[in-house]
Amino acid sequence: MLSIKNLQASVEGKPILKGIDLEVKAGEVHAIMGPNGSGKSTLANVLAGRDGYEVTGGSVTYQGKDLLALKPEERAREGVFLAFQYPVEVPGVSNIYLLKAALNAIRKHRGLSELDAMDFLTLVRERLKLVEMKEEFLYRAVNEGFSGGEKKRNEILQMAILEPALALLDETDSGLDIDALKIVANGVNALRSPERAMIVVTHYQRLLNYIVPDRVHVLAHGKIVKSGDKSLALELEKQGYAWVTEDAPRASA
Amino acid sequence: MASSKQNIEALIKRDYQAGFVTDVEQESLPPGLNEDVVRALSAKKNEPAFMLAWRLQAYRHWLTMTEPKWAHVRYAPVDYQAISYYSAPKSKKDAPKSLDEVDPKLLETYEKLGIPLKERELLAGVAVDAVFDSVSVATTFKDKLAAMGIIFCSFSEAVHNHPELVQKYLGTVVPYTDNFFATLNSAVFSDGSFVYVPKGVRCPMELSTYFRINASKTGQFERTLIIADEGATVSYLEGCTAPMRDENQLHAAVVELVALKGATIKYSTVQNWYPGDVEGRGGIYNFVTKRGACRGDSAKISWTQVETGSAITWKYPSVLLEGDNSVGEFYSVALANNRQQADTGTKMIHIGKNTRSTIVSKGISAGRGQNAYRGLVKVLKGAENARNYTQCDSLLMGDKCGAHTFPYIEVKNPTAKVEHEATTSRIGDDQLFYLQQRGLSAEDAVSMIVNGFCKEVFKELPMEFAVEAQKLLGVSLEGAVG
Ligand SMILES: Nc1ncnc2c1ncn2[C@@H]1O[C@H](COP(=O)(O)OP(=O)(O)OP(=O)(O)O)[C@@H](O)[C@H]1O
Ligand SMILES: [Mg+2]
Repeated sequence: MLSIKNLQASVEGKPILKGIDLEVKAGEVHAIMGPNGSGKSTLANVLAGRDGYEVTGGSVTYQGKDLLALKPEERAREGVFLAFQYPVEVPGVSNIYLLKAALNAIRKHRGLSELDAMDFLTLVRERLKLVEMKEEFLYRAVNEGFSGGEKKRNEILQMAILEPALALLDETDSGLDIDALKIVANGVNALRSPERAMIVVTHYQRLLNYIVPDRVHVLAHGKIVKSGDKSLALELEKQGYAWVTEDAPRASA
Repeated sequence: MASSKQNIEALIKRDYQAGFVTDVEQESLPPGLNEDVVRALSAKKNEPAFMLAWRLQAYRHWLTMTEPKWAHVRYAPVDYQAISYYSAPKSKKDAPKSLDEVDPKLLETYEKLGIPLKERELLAGVAVDAVFDSVSVATTFKDKLAAMGIIFCSFSEAVHNHPELVQKYLGTVVPYTDNFFATLNSAVFSDGSFVYVPKGVRCPMELSTYFRINASKTGQFERTLIIADEGATVSYLEGCTAPMRDENQLHAAVVELVALKGATIKYSTVQNWYPGDVEGRGGIYNFVTKRGACRGDSAKISWTQVETGSAITWKYPSVLLEGDNSVGEFYSVALANNRQQADTGTKMIHIGKNTRSTIVSKGISAGRGQNAYRGLVKVLKGAENARNYTQCDSLLMGDKCGAHTFPYIEVKNPTAKVEHEATTSRIGDDQLFYLQQRGLSAEDAVSMIVNGFCKEVFKELPMEFAVEAQKLLGVSLEGAVG
């Protein structure tokens, strides 16, 4: 589904990603861990097509297409979803209005008709339950005045409604209390399917108790320095990052 | 991030969609202004003596005045002698008696503007009074309204058929001495709309007028007078467009509202005059005086405006809160794109006790547009317990535009409470990216952010107008991010 080869990217002329290689197959869940500032969000942003992230080398193939050639909205419509580390507030725009516009944009791209109001509401209500959110959140402005945890749950709600093929979750667990963490993890697990792949960025092994990954990667200094199965996360928890990053070559050095 | 700045610049380009010219034979007075022109104008309209006398008074006063310079706008001086003060589509008879008699080309114009009169009349139940250049061409639904005692007609007709009402109220809210442009209007106004809603009557439909400046080198000086008698309620909509021309055209209108005891007048405007091109060539000078008087206890006047057009807008719909417990409201969205300049706001004059006013102003600046909010909240000595709440928000797109706020507050009564809040924000790259990441095109994303910003104002508009306003903003910002 996703094939990243020697991906290099800079922000404002500063190289951040220094040759990432990653293969993700449909149905798999990959976890990416790594120290602050190592480039995890940068990777997610590059995959989602954010402006200002300049790809300086390598390639990304998604479902047979050159992902990097697509505009951000085209990637979204092709099924790439990014749950933001810092979800953005959009004053005056209700959550449900955005959900509807987004779903219809994606459906249109896939040659489907717009959902009528009733079917849409039925779908939304069902997915609200999945993330245990109250219906009133639908009528509030997107993320405005939401608590940190509510914002993260809202990201998962959007994901559950848009049903992406490739979900990138950037620290969706950060800032969640234990109950919310379980709710979010349940939501994510409910969406696991043989057609869907997920890349989960996290700092905490704890999340991986709930969302059990097929692969765990450690990103440091813009490179994947170690990959393994779920036991790698446990090892990192015990030993910290030093043991995997110490002997990793620093590209800038 | 440099690249996204360019993107926002690119999104701000736009095309004017109402910029066509209708080829209809026009009957005009030659350009120029003197007493003879004022007399000729009045004679053409067959006006009673009191109207001519009033016009002449105004004209003579105008000669003593100079153009105001205080607004935050710049423009080349207007040559008042180069303007034609009367221009009307030539028609076989004096005035069309029904839509069937209206020149089909005119009807076509309205079709293009998206206001098919017939359709509105038949389907939408909106009574439309359409002003084409200077003469009202068709007033629909008159009969149905007349049965309730509601008068809705062109100003000229009102002068002939209801001179006592015109004489009683004309100039009582905006006197002919008021300001340079209002005084000019008083001397040369050509036509406009007139509404009278009798005591206790709730007007059953939205009354609506569309103005369109078609002929070149003409000024449009329309005059609207709306009177809601005691306990009456009326909602009035005004929409405006003009064709694209290289030269600037002057639009100096006056609107007077009178709400008597317990009456409510809601006046909504969607203004889409030609704004000029990207370089600032052409476009309408929109110098308008709009004012309402709450002339009785518990009267209410509410202005809602969406201003997306005009090269220059100079407009302060105001409310004189004379009656005790009267209420004034001003909800405004003003967009200044490319080289547009908007200086707009309101005046709320608290005179009676327990008077309340609310001001919500949303200014959007894009391209090299300059947007200024200018507001005055004045609480006079006798206005015990007056309340004002002002909220003034600016949204900037790109870094070559400007937003300015000039709030003036004068309070002469210590029991008054006046609150003012102001914010300035920029459409953020992060907001754009967030919405694009959810599948929206950049343009839809901008449109969504802008509409969200304007929501508090849009919700004050009548339903169908709100939809139109949203579309208009979308079109106006088309091309604003790539
Ligand atoms: N817009 C930007 N301008 C300048 N530097 C940036 C920008 N975005 C990212 N960087 C830099 O790139 C590096 C990687 O940042 P990134 O956000 O990808 O890290 P991360 O691995 O997600 O960290 P964290 O775990 O703290 O979220 C950091 O040094 C960061 O300062
Ligand atoms: Mg990060």
